[in-house]
Amino acid sequence: MIGAQAIVKCLQCENTEVIFGYSGVAIDPFWNEMLKTDIKKVLIRTEQNAAHCASGYARVSGKVGVCAVTSGPGATNLITGIATAYADSIPLVAITGQVNSDMIGSDVFQEADITGAVESFVKYSYLVRNVEDIPRIFKEAFYIAGSGRKGPVLIDIPFDVQTAEFSGKFSYPETISMRTYKPTVNGNIVQIKKVIKEVEKAKRPIICVGGGVHLSAAEDEIVRFAEINDVPVVSTMMGIGVMPTDHPLYFGMVGNNGQAYANRAMNESDLLLMVGARVADRAVNRPDLITENKVMVHIDVDPAEIGKNVGPTIPLVGDIKHIFEDFLEQDDHNDNHDDWVKLLKEYKKEMQVERKPAGAAYVDPQIFINKLSDAVDRDAIYVADVGQNQMWSCSYYKVKEGRFLTSGGMGTMGYSIPAAMGAKLADSKKQVLAVIGDGAFQMSMMELATMRQYDIPVKIVVMKNGYLGMVREHQHFAYDDNYSMVELSGDPDLSLIAAAYGMGYMKVDGNSDIDGSLIEFLKDDKAFLMEVVVDPMALTR
Amino acid sequence: MQKKVFQLLVDNNPGTLSRISGLFSRRGYNIESITAGTTADPRFTRITIVASGDDVILEQIEKQVRKLVDVRDIHELLPKDSVYRELALVKVKAEADKRQSILATANIFRGNIVDVSIDSVIIEITGSQSKVDAFLKLLEGYEILELARTGIAGLGRGTDNVIYLDE
Repeated sequence: MIGAQAIVKCLQCENTEVIFGYSGVAIDPFWNEMLKTDIKKVLIRTEQNAAHCASGYARVSGKVGVCAVTSGPGATNLITGIATAYADSIPLVAITGQVNSDMIGSDVFQEADITGAVESFVKYSYLVRNVEDIPRIFKEAFYIAGSGRKGPVLIDIPFDVQTAEFSGKFSYPETISMRTYKPTVNGNIVQIKKVIKEVEKAKRPIICVGGGVHLSAAEDEIVRFAEINDVPVVSTMMGIGVMPTDHPLYFGMVGNNGQAYANRAMNESDLLLMVGARVADRAVNRPDLITENKVMVHIDVDPAEIGKNVGPTIPLVGDIKHIFEDFLEQDDHNDNHDDWVKLLKEYKKEMQVERKPAGAAYVDPQIFINKLSDAVDRDAIYVADVGQNQMWSCSYYKVKEGRFLTSGGMGTMGYSIPAAMGAKLADSKKQVLAVIGDGAFQMSMMELATMRQYDIPVKIVVMKNGYLGMVREHQHFAYDDNYSMVELSGDPDLSLIAAAYGMGYMKVDGNSDIDGSLIEFLKDDKAFLMEVVVDPMALTR
Repeated sequence: MQKKVFQLLVDNNPGTLSRISGLFSRRGYNIESITAGTTADPRFTRITIVASGDDVILEQIEKQVRKLVDVRDIHELLPKDSVYRELALVKVKAEADKRQSILATANIFRGNIVDVSIDSVIIEITGSQSKVDAFLKLLEGYEILELARTGIAGLGRGTDNVIYLDE
């Protein structure tokens, strides 16, 4: 057995179903061995998207996503994808080929110090020096990626290590023995009881959920806890979908781009449970407000997040699912906060911002996304890209039983199409949509070829306005409409792009066309490109 | 701004030191000094870091460093419970007429003369940072040609906080 074969065996032991990647000489021994397995291989069109595909796959399957690329430019192209996953704590194992061990450091062809380059975007990285270390390293890498605060791990494997003879008998470690890495799973029971007491005492409690809830698969526990104790819920962008949008206890997304009534609800509460959210600047731009006159409980698996942006009254470190299971077990009260919930409903009514509908020549984003929500399957997976389309999606998409995915922390344009492909491969029965602007579409449209090659039917909505709309909007306010570097006047004819890749295509340019178009768009499970023409001067709110 | 001395015990893996120093630079933490060396058990390295910042930053430093996969332990070395030492090598211009007074100063601080040439000496001095500072201040009247300081290494007093290397 050679090293490359050992790698494949490790992936099989980890029950890897699909691997996204790109070839190159330095990773060829591995791809050659991959021919002999049932693991699905997906050749993407640029390396960054291998990581985004793996990210979408990981978020829907709950497993660690895997991607593999070659050395040098292959590896450096992957970095944005890895950084995107790191910012949202998505578990990935990224494998990179490397030049021969004895050449490392001499600047040979396609050599890049990738472990050094990704250091600030990975949980950990390995440079494999010895073929016999492969099983241990892979076991550790998958464990590190998928435990504690999840995130990407990179394994850099020189060509000669992939081809070296594996002398011993291959055995994949069953257990992990890492002296240094021991994430906290169970919450401290004293703290848990303290929180329960606070919940009982509170008159105006609220839960703010973040992406950590999805990562811990604790959605059901939180919804149940909220229902039993009659506690309203708001979410960060990454927490959208933890609670169905139309749930009577759900009060929208917080933050600069969120709903004013959601922020007000959080600020006026007397008990705030911040759950799996890192209190980042876009969600909470004034951390002082969420600690003022209230008990703030911060629940997170990463102890370093507690106290980083805001000092909580009660810190609680551990896996959210475990902690809420304990809450449900410890808490024998059925509280009632009718008055508080009623007040929040009034806020919601009063503070709901009415958008001025777009003129007849354009599709109104609010009307469109509302209608799209109603037209898709209840359990559809909706992947929002980055920009104005993302803000519209956050505000107007109604999650029912499905998922809402987006690049929250890094805000990486072009995330949605590859992530939707990964999501579709993780759960092929579900309807998967990517909603994207015309800017980000041109950063990722090469993957339409991958969709065709592997028959990955993603429904794509391009919200076309001929601008990098989010930045245009910023320049509208900050620079008095002096637009610089935001006009996309060279946009391709999307009908021809769709035809070139053999996809169904349709253009919607007025509100009256929406209903009929959505029926056509969603009528079967085939890839489809829908161009939705929105007002270039439209604002996010 | 306050200073804290942290003692780390880390796995002796390739790249560990750069992971730690990289964390400090990318998060904008101030590092005053860092020293590293293997422990009695060659699998581990002990690192002493002097860092400065406000309370929030110093707490974050401890938490973020603890999160690194290679880091087995980090804790603060409190002055009252610890011993800190720094070594400095000072090359001073010492022509014949000044040499005696330089040697006398070095003697008071228990410095060793480790090299002598016609017009200069190298003095080795070990001690707390304030002792080294005081010594250098006294040498200001002379011409310091070159100076190398190691930054401090520290250990907790007594056996209370000995970390056993094997579970």
